[in-house]
Formats: sequence, C-alpha cells, structure tokens
Amino acid sequence: MASLLVKGGRVIDPASSLDGTADVLIDNGRITAVGRDLPRNGAELLDASGLIVAPGFIDMHVHLREPGIEHSETIETGARAAAAGGFTSICCMPNTLPVNDNATVTSYIVERARQYALVNVFPIGAITKDSAGEELAAIGSMKSAGIVALSDDGRPVMNARVMRRAMEMAKSFGLPVIDHCEDLNLSSGGDMHEGVHSTRLGLRGIPSSSEDVMVARDILLAQTTGARFHVAHISSHRSIDMVRRAKERGLPVTSEATPHHFSISDADIAPYDSNYKMKPPLGSTCDTAAVIDGIVSGAIDAIATDHAPHPGSEKMQEFEKCPFGIIGLETAVGLSLEKLYHSGRISLMRLVELFTTGPARILGLERGSLAQGLPGDMTILNTELSWTYDVNHSFSKSKNSPFHGWKFRGGPVMTIVGGAVVWRRER
Amino acid sequence: MPTGLLGIEELSRGEVEAILHRARTFQPLQHQSYKKLDTLRGRMIVNLFFEASTRTRTSFEIAAKRLGADTVSITASGSSVSKGESLVDTLNTLAAMRPDAIVMRHAASGAPYFLAHHLAIPIVNAGDGTHEHPTQALLDALTILDHKPALEGLRVAIIGDIAHSRVARSNVHLLAKFGVDIVLCGPATLLPPELSAIATGVTLTNDIREAIEGADVIMMLRVQLERQHDPPLQAGEYFHFYGLRLDHMALAKPDAIVMHPGPINRGRELTSEVADFQQSVILNQVENGVAVRMAVLERVVGAHVEAARQKSGAVRESGLGI
Repeated sequence: MASLLVKGGRVIDPASSLDGTADVLIDNGRITAVGRDLPRNGAELLDASGLIVAPGFIDMHVHLREPGIEHSETIETGARAAAAGGFTSICCMPNTLPVNDNATVTSYIVERARQYALVNVFPIGAITKDSAGEELAAIGSMKSAGIVALSDDGRPVMNARVMRRAMEMAKSFGLPVIDHCEDLNLSSGGDMHEGVHSTRLGLRGIPSSSEDVMVARDILLAQTTGARFHVAHISSHRSIDMVRRAKERGLPVTSEATPHHFSISDADIAPYDSNYKMKPPLGSTCDTAAVIDGIVSGAIDAIATDHAPHPGSEKMQEFEKCPFGIIGLETAVGLSLEKLYHSGRISLMRLVELFTTGPARILGLERGSLAQGLPGDMTILNTELSWTYDVNHSFSKSKNSPFHGWKFRGGPVMTIVGGAVVWRRER
Repeated sequence: MPTGLLGIEELSRGEVEAILHRARTFQPLQHQSYKKLDTLRGRMIVNLFFEASTRTRTSFEIAAKRLGADTVSITASGSSVSKGESLVDTLNTLAAMRPDAIVMRHAASGAPYFLAHHLAIPIVNAGDGTHEHPTQALLDALTILDHKPALEGLRVAIIGDIAHSRVARSNVHLLAKFGVDIVLCGPATLLPPELSAIATGVTLTNDIREAIEGADVIMMLRVQLERQHDPPLQAGEYFHFYGLRLDHMALAKPDAIVMHPGPINRGRELTSEVADFQQSVILNQVENGVAVRMAVLERVVGAHVEAARQKSGAVRESGLGI
C-alpha cells in the first residue's frame, strides 16, 4: 500500500502534547513517523504548510438510520457527511429498525460500514432489548461483534433497577454506559426548553430538571456499580455542575456536549422553525455559558454532534408534530473553532483534544493520536478559512440544520482515513 | 411574507390603535338595519377551523359578509385533514383557489406562523394552541375603551388558566403596549413564573383577592380542561379558590367591569350572578368581535391588494387606508 507524507503543517497531538511544525508519515495505512524534515522516500506528498494537522477526529454520537430508516440517512451518506466535517471515526447509536440490540444487527452495521463507509464506523449497542427499558440486551455478544459502548439513546432507561443491572453488565464487559439523561415523565409532551421563550411562544416546556434528575440518578448508580457512566449531550448548568463534582470525587463519570448546545440558546430559535427542535432542547443563555465553561474546565470531555437526520417532509409540520433532532456533522468543527477557539475560551490543543483523545479515552479506542503504529487517520484544519454552510450541498440525506447560511471562520479542509484522503474541501 | 395578522406581540402600539380606531367606526353599523358595506366586494375569505369554535368562526364570517366579501368556512372534521393530508398541503390546496385571506384556528401553537412562511396569502390567526388569539385581545381592548376613557393607568386582573390561555397572552401583549398594570392570577401550575417576563408591567399572584384588589377590569378565563395534562385542582376546588363571586366585587374599583372570552361555564369560573351582573360586559365583547374583525379583515386584505398592486408596478398614492 502506498505511503503518504504530510509535510510542513502545524502538528497538534494532545496525546504527546506535541504542538509544532512537523511532518507525518503514513505507511501501509499506519502512522510510521512524526518529525521534522522526514525523507520522502517515494511517498505521495501533501503540503500542509499553513494548516493544522491533527489526529483523526472522532464523533462519538451520530445517528446513521441504517438499518431501517434509510430515507433519512444511510451508513454511506452519513459517513460521507462525517468525512466532509473532518471526522475519521463515528459511533452510531442503536435506535435503528430493528434496534441494534443483538450481535446480528451489530455485525450487519459493521459489514455495511466496511463496504460503504468512507470513515470508520463504531456501533453502539442498546442497553435493553428494543430499547424498551425492560430486559437487558445481548451485551456480551454485541461486544464481541464490535460495539464500543451501550446506550438507549432517545429512549432513556426509566427504571433505575434496570439501569443498575445494565451498569453491572457494562462493567463486566468493560463498556461505558452512555445515557441520554431525560426523565420522560417530567419532559412528557414538551417541545422546547421550559423558560420565558416557551411561555411566550405557547409551546410546552421541557424542564431542565428532566435532565438533572437522571444525571443525579446515574452518578449514584455509577458510584454503586463502579461502571463508567457517560452523559450524552449534556445541556443543563446543574447537570454540568454535578458531573464536575462527581469527577472531583474521582468517580468514573464523563460527558459530551454538542456544538448546538454551546452555540445557540432558546433565545435564538426562529419562531416555530423545527430546525431548532431537538432533545435535549436548546437551553437558556445561562445553560449555553455553562456548557462552554464545562468545556474549559474539563467537566465536559468531548464534543459530539448527535447528528440526527430527518427528511424535510417530517420537519415541514406543526412544531409540536415534528421529530426531535438536527444534523451536525459538517458544522461541528466550524462552530467549535468559532465559539470556543476564536472567542479565546480554549486553545487549539484543547479543541483537538475534545475531538480526539477525549472521545477515544471514553470509548477505549486505540485512536485519536499520532503515535507510531496507530491507524493513519488525520484531520487537517484551516483556522482562518472563511466559508459558508449551505445545507443544500450537504452530503447528508437530510437537510435539517439551523446553521444553514452561517458564515464560518475556520474549518476542516481535508480528511485522511487509513492513509487515504477521503475528502478535501473544494474552493 | 404577506401581511396578515399572526399575533399582537409583533404589532406596534400605533398599529393596534389604528385597528381599534377603524373598529370604532364599524360599531354603529351593527345597529343599523342595513349592515352591509362593499369594501371587500368580490374578495374571497376562507375560514379554516381545525378546532371547534362557534363564536369566533361566526364572528369572522359575519365580519367578512358585512364588508361585502364572499366566505367559505371549513372545519377540520369535514376536510381532507381527516384523510391524512399534511397541514402545508391542505393550505397549498386552498391557496391554489386564490382566496384573498385565510382565517385559521389551529390547536398547535405557531401553526399560522409556520404556514405564513410557506404561503403567499395573508393569514389571520383566529387562535393558535396556547399561543395567541389576537382578535380576541383587540375586541377586549375595544370593550374596555367603551367603558373607560383610556387604557393607560388601568389595573387589569386576568384570572384563571393563564398557562394554557392564548387569550391571556394576546391581552398581556396588547395591554403592556399601553402601560397597563397587569395582574395575572391562578394556581402555580397554571401560572408559570416566566409569564412576568413576557411583557412589561406584569405581576403574578396565586391569591384571587389580591388580584382583584383595586382592579378596573377583571378578565376571567375559561378552564381549558382539554389542554391541561395534569389538572392541578378538582373542578369544585378550582371554583372555590379561583372562581369569581359577587362578594369579590367589593375589592375591585366600584366601576370595575367583568369580562370573559366565552364560552362561560357558570359555576366553574364565575357564579351565575356575576355573569348576569350589570357590570358584566361579556355580551359587549361578543358584539365588538364583529367590528374588530371587520377592521382586521379590511386591513389584511386591503394591504395584500395594495402590495400586489405595488408589485405590478402601479403608483402607490397613499398608505394602507386604515
């Protein structure tokens, strides 16, 4: 297999704390050397001068809708959108049709991804059968088939006893439990964050406490069971505070935040535009600030998109009828650079960490760094590039994004998976 | 987006005044034997009601007819909605028949806003979910002005299920534009604290006596059982603590008026004596509904026609004629 020499870029590798001009050599799909003035030795040359060269970005929370909901997205189109967003690895949630709650479905996803996906796809298995929240799924055999975590994303386990059992089994198999923390009784019927804006618009509110009580419950269960508990798309300031304190006590608790939860708040919602409807809902400006503070302080370990494609026909309805979720793979890096780095809140090193070692550590993936011998996955960024997001040119099958028309400063320009360039920005 | 009337919140004080001023001129018409004008002759107005309504639908229909327009009224149960057609497709179908305005009521908050983004026909909101009911607030203001010299300086108590009330929201937005002292009252579940932040001059209380104290206007709201998912009080308890009784009137200003958007539930929101009390203006509200809706339809259809004329290149000589 051919080799590739990425030359002269500013290499940022949080795992080794490297930040400086260097070359990266990939041979046979794996990283063989990082250093100054590496000899070319017939390798394909890629000039990265003026650009940031980082380990391949990992999005640990996406919905690929395959099998079963292919009119919204497929593994192929979702992976293509991921590549165009600078991601080399994505983890897909199990809420497909059928639910990924057994090894057969896991193997199907792994095989489809091997054939059709431009990027690495790691499935996440369901916690319970059919994600119904009652009986545990086939956790061990799914692990053997390739899942990297457990989650009943979108259909949270309401029964605390079931969650306790799940954590015990997750611990036995060395898997993290990712919980979409939402008390369904508190959030029932709600369409947006409960606050002055929901009151004004006459839309039923989802109180922050619906997230908070489940985060509190799961932290307690993680403490009891010793399982690794990861909070999906954390959005409320009180939840972030609880995770921060759990970490201080040394508990195995981690969290992720989505770009939309640190970029916009419920005050930015275009009235009754369902492209702003997702779960958890966009919080108050206080919540948005808390998410950014959590990213700065380390209470939040990773940035994940919760890429949730829905076709236009489902989003073109009365607000209360529209499904929850927005796409996010192609805007995540742009929003992060804009809202976190250019705003001066975090360094580029920290930003890269949130997309690489952060998720890799949570999932136990042997990726996210430029260490010798690791897969040759790289994300190349231009922090000054000005570009406009046009959702109609998205690689995703769905177009439900509130960021259509946004102008960005900085974004990914090239995605390399296993030493092969799978996407490059056209100018 | 064509000019319609979606909510009170986005109107300026001047626009509200213009509508009320115009409505005033239509009031005497209601007492003449010949009640018809030809302002909107040849125009077509569609009343599209996805929720049950007697007074609002009839009032809009009468208003349109008194302006000389043709009207068609459609209720959801008799339409293609029951055959699974989406809201956008239903409206697109109606729009293709070229009406000059669509008056619509829908159970989903924001439904008319969502449609206004996708249609080139003016939409008049006749009530959307728990959001707004703009013509109700306008007719309420007109009714208050029939009994009080001005809105400024008044104390208005709105009592009942505020959380689920589009009437309350529209009234709050309208009255706040005139610096009215607004007191909202109900049990905590029906009175979210965020209400005090949706407009200026709003205070909240859980005590009906405190709300009525010194009030110039008392607006009672219907208990919207169909929108309450977990009713906080049983009907009897509700009336006991939040129903309006004649003895409450001693707390209000001597010339205070009692209003209700209807339909009233005697013995649930107010006693029969209060409903028939001489200071009750509930039927004046209904009467004013026609005048206000005439003013709104004239403005909306007139503005639309004006916009179309402008688009076709004709010289615009005056304002909207309101």
